[in-house]
Amino acid sequence: MILKAEKITRQYIRQSRNKNVFMAVKETDFTLEGGQLVEITGRSGSGKSTFLNMLAGLLAPSSGHIFVDDTDIYAMEDKERSRFRNLNMGVIPQGQTGLQSLTVLENVLIPCKMYGDEGKEEYARKLLDYVGIGELKNAYPNELSGGELRRMSIARALIQSPKILFADEPTGDLDDENTRSVLRLLRKTADNGCAVLLVTHEREAAEYADKVYRMNDGVLTM
Amino acid sequence: MRFAKELALRNMKRKPMRTAALIILAAFLAFSVFAGTMIVMSLQRGLESYQTRLGADIVAVPFEARTKGSLDSILLQGIPGYFYMDSQYYEKIKNTSGVEVATPQFYLALASAGCCSIPVQIIGFEPETDFLIQPWISQSYSGTVGDGDVIVGSDISVPLNHQLRFYDTDCNVVAQLDRTGTGLDTAVYANMNTIKQMMKNAQALGFHNFDGINADKVVSSVMIKVAEGYTIENVANDINIHVRHIEATPAKSMISGIGEGLSNVSGIIGILTVMIWILAIVILMIAFVMIANERTKEFAVLRVVGASRKMLVRILRTESALISVIGAAIGAGAGCLMIFPFTGAMRTRLGLPYLLPPAGVIIGVLIGAIAISVFAGWMTSYISARKIAGNETGLILREDA
Repeated sequence: MILKAEKITRQYIRQSRNKNVFMAVKETDFTLEGGQLVEITGRSGSGKSTFLNMLAGLLAPSSGHIFVDDTDIYAMEDKERSRFRNLNMGVIPQGQTGLQSLTVLENVLIPCKMYGDEGKEEYARKLLDYVGIGELKNAYPNELSGGELRRMSIARALIQSPKILFADEPTGDLDDENTRSVLRLLRKTADNGCAVLLVTHEREAAEYADKVYRMNDGVLTM
Repeated sequence: MRFAKELALRNMKRKPMRTAALIILAAFLAFSVFAGTMIVMSLQRGLESYQTRLGADIVAVPFEARTKGSLDSILLQGIPGYFYMDSQYYEKIKNTSGVEVATPQFYLALASAGCCSIPVQIIGFEPETDFLIQPWISQSYSGTVGDGDVIVGSDISVPLNHQLRFYDTDCNVVAQLDRTGTGLDTAVYANMNTIKQMMKNAQALGFHNFDGINADKVVSSVMIKVAEGYTIENVANDINIHVRHIEATPAKSMISGIGEGLSNVSGIIGILTVMIWILAIVILMIAFVMIANERTKEFAVLRVVGASRKMLVRILRTESALISVIGAAIGAGAGCLMIFPFTGAMRTRLGLPYLLPPAGVIIGVLIGAIAISVFAGWMTSYISARKIAGNETGLILREDA
């Protein structure tokens, strides 16, 4: 599966600053192929997350197109695009993301249960073991630390065996050992044929990446 | 749908206080609609029943009826009362021009009959002239009401042997009447001979209330039907001018007083219901908007893992629908608990005829109240659902980062 962005831009209107237009991502072309782990680095506010969210189908670009193989993902209806994302993309968002009313295991299984796929409980347990929080499967998100929550969202992003994985600062709350473990997992995922886009500040991540880009004031450079 | 329901139930379970508060609000909606509608319908039906039972154009009572217990309180609230006038007034009324039929009634009050837990009013009528009670009785009893026979209202409990004893007078219960929602439900009906015998027995037993009254020479009220070509008001005026010591009142004015009371009570209930609805709907709306705001990030997570905008709306609306259904069922149940066991108390408190509608209508109102409340509760989540559906996930995640 090939992800291709053609001349995409994203601008925001800043209500607080006399409604001036702010260009978060300037015109950019980008390609991500299966088996690749591509890292995007850059300082905070440089447009990395905006770029990732556009590629993941979560934020419509102001201009340009994003294709997965030959399909323009923003030409799809919302329902179709959502299902497409559910089946083909895994997203590890920034911050701590968990549904408070569900246990860790149930949180990981959301992408499957959402569309009636009930048979992945065993796989979910394995993923939780792999990210090191298997014993917390019956805990609720409010009982978890920031790092544990991050690992839960990694397991959730992998549960559907996605063809494209978007990871936005996946090691943000992790210690060195766990950071390496997550980076190894992402590398392994790419080696298994998945296209992985990693947005991070982590210097160590470059060792695991096939390509490293830098985002500077909305401009993506090698 | 299964996922939406499961998630909604889990959310409700994890936040029991919030869920309980929302359910209570939803319950208020159903309770106010059901209880309000039932009270208004029962009052209207009671008034219709009272109109039918009163049946006369003019009611004439002695002046003393004002002090010894008015006809209204006897007929409407079932408060036993008695008052008497010389039967010569009946003869005079009968001969007034414009009076087509006049029939006397005789009232005897009984504080305790040994048969009933409630005070009993005994009403005597004259079978030869009666045009009010016998047509009504004929719906339950086709025979004649002979000496010693009584017919009882729906609230009187009848022993298995059908025998009741009033003031040492053995009576045979020949029929029981349908409910009217008025004081007539606690009344006992007998012919003139029987009721006058009761009074004589009461006097013999030493009941001083009836001292100095010659049962054979008095009546309590005269019910009048006006002949064609005469106006009720004119005939009533004529009687008041020509027959002293009595007061003739057009029955319509008695009813109109009740009608006014009914419309006042209905108005108050209507205003209260509207106020409860406005308040509950506003609070529910705010609550759902707050829930949506509180869970913006959660909804963004659901979008990230593949939920469509429609699915998010369905999740939120399933939750509000479940809360509304549970609340409406509880509210309607509470309404039933208030309406049915306290029918008698309501009638006494309101002082108006009060007759519950038939079971079919009650079930219809119950289903309607639940349906309206569920719909209202479900609709209150509309704003929050729209807000959630309109959010751009990427922006939510960016704001939160």
